[in-house]
Amino acid sequence: MGSSGQKNSVLPGFGPALGYTIFYLSIIVLIPLSALFFKTATLSWDQFLVAVAAPRVLASYRVTFGSALFAAAVNAVFGVLLAWVLVRYRFPGRKLVDALVDLPFALPTAVAGITLASVYSPNGWLGAYLEPRGIKVAFTPLGIMVAMIFIGLPFVVRTVQPVLEELDHEIEEAASCLGANRWQTFCRVIFPTMLPAILTGFALAFARAVGEYGSIIFIAGNMPMVSEITPLLIITKLEQYDYAGATAIATVMLVASFLLLLSINLLQKWSRRFAD
Amino acid sequence: MLATKGLKINGEKVTSVSEPAWVRYLLITTALGFVALFLLMPLAAVFVQALDKGWEAYLAALHEPDTLSAIWLTLLTAACCVPINLFFGIVAAWAIAKFSFTGKSLLITLIDLPFSVSPVVSGLIYVLIFGLQGWLGPWLQEHDIKIIFAVPGIVLATIFVTFPFVARELIPLMESQGRDEEEAALTLGASGLQTFFRVTFPNIKWGVLYGVILCNARAMGEFGAVSVVSGHVRGSTNTIPLQVEILYNEYSYAAAFAVASLLALLALVTLAVKTVAEWKIQQSQSVTEGER
Repeated sequence: MGSSGQKNSVLPGFGPALGYTIFYLSIIVLIPLSALFFKTATLSWDQFLVAVAAPRVLASYRVTFGSALFAAAVNAVFGVLLAWVLVRYRFPGRKLVDALVDLPFALPTAVAGITLASVYSPNGWLGAYLEPRGIKVAFTPLGIMVAMIFIGLPFVVRTVQPVLEELDHEIEEAASCLGANRWQTFCRVIFPTMLPAILTGFALAFARAVGEYGSIIFIAGNMPMVSEITPLLIITKLEQYDYAGATAIATVMLVASFLLLLSINLLQKWSRRFAD
Repeated sequence: MLATKGLKINGEKVTSVSEPAWVRYLLITTALGFVALFLLMPLAAVFVQALDKGWEAYLAALHEPDTLSAIWLTLLTAACCVPINLFFGIVAAWAIAKFSFTGKSLLITLIDLPFSVSPVVSGLIYVLIFGLQGWLGPWLQEHDIKIIFAVPGIVLATIFVTFPFVARELIPLMESQGRDEEEAALTLGASGLQTFFRVTFPNIKWGVLYGVILCNARAMGEFGAVSVVSGHVRGSTNTIPLQVEILYNEYSYAAAFAVASLLALLALVTLAVKTVAEWKIQQSQSVTEGER
């Protein structure tokens, strides 16, 4: 391992650098993550199934993954819109909006959580407007989706923006020369180029929303079977000292995260093929 | 005002490669409306609610002893996590970007793992190792070392969640800069460390700043993972986000938002530094490309 690195480079320090990297990676990331799998392995198969397939747990998967899917879809649509507007048009405040798109990355989740909860609560800025009209957001699954839309907002925008920026004007002009109107050009030429990036952003937003805790628990009702997200269920089980149950559910979440990470990597490989 | 990057031939705008004005107007308004609803409004709400009871109540909330110790713990955590992950990030980027070896993309994926793990799971895995029923639990209890439900646990969990930030920023940056300059330095007689400090580091300094500021923002703002490993004991094992949660759950809304506004200000500073660092990185990359 060390020799193949040093064979094609005269730069020093490969051995120690790689060694330290693997060492630090193992003690901080790999060994603790493996603890999860080892702990779950102490459960019998039946115990594991009871822990991860109980009705309350299944309801939490529905709430978590379902809301995340909806929120990621909304972010896909508006993310494309936002990326288009930021790349193609000039308007006052464009640079400010561009910087602001990253706010959900920089804002701590607890702050986002209490702010969204108070804005959409019955006497909040928006809640006071929406609830008399029958749209309850706070303490319902709709509130969970709103929070997930907030935290997933930057992902699609930031994956689609580079693709739009590098899109050749010549291709659009060629399409126009060949008789396509603007809508046809968009559907047949521009959109397929953006598609891998949109899907990558969607998957990233989905993955983030599924694991999110701090932004959601304040606005969610946290009622079992109705508006309880899976991370909250893990914490509840920990507080009840049901370590085995918490670990089992966490393993399911971790496997889901790994599968999403794999899909994202594959999607990114696919987009790179088209980029060149 | 609503100009496009359109094409002009003989002074006339070519409209076949741009949308009609009403479409543009509609798209821009919808996009800005979405941004206002989901980004601007929550941001404004933090500050408006923080100052709800007036400026003096705002300052008093920040001077509360529990809040002050939460601020102290948050600063301490960030001061531990950021340098450690910075050192790792630089070392890992050096090994990955300047050399070729098999398993490189696996290593990069493994480094990215903490990004994809839910914060609650991130905290849980440390409880499984250092908690009372954990692998090292009995040994720690014998020696009276408290990690979980104490400060070291909080620091460890925060190190985990902020692990990849510096590395994943530096790796592509250093890869795109190549090895030429370092190899030239070596042929001119520089030692390894001299090469790093005089040649590599000046090239990556904006990337380092970018990674550090994001790492810091996450370290100070982490909630889920810290919530699992902290004992939630006021005055000793609460960070700023946990303190915000406590105040909010006690219905002390103005105080909760006052403390939250500190983090919101940090977020704005982070965004500003991030934008500057990104711009500088782009500048230096276009200079390098121009030279080639």
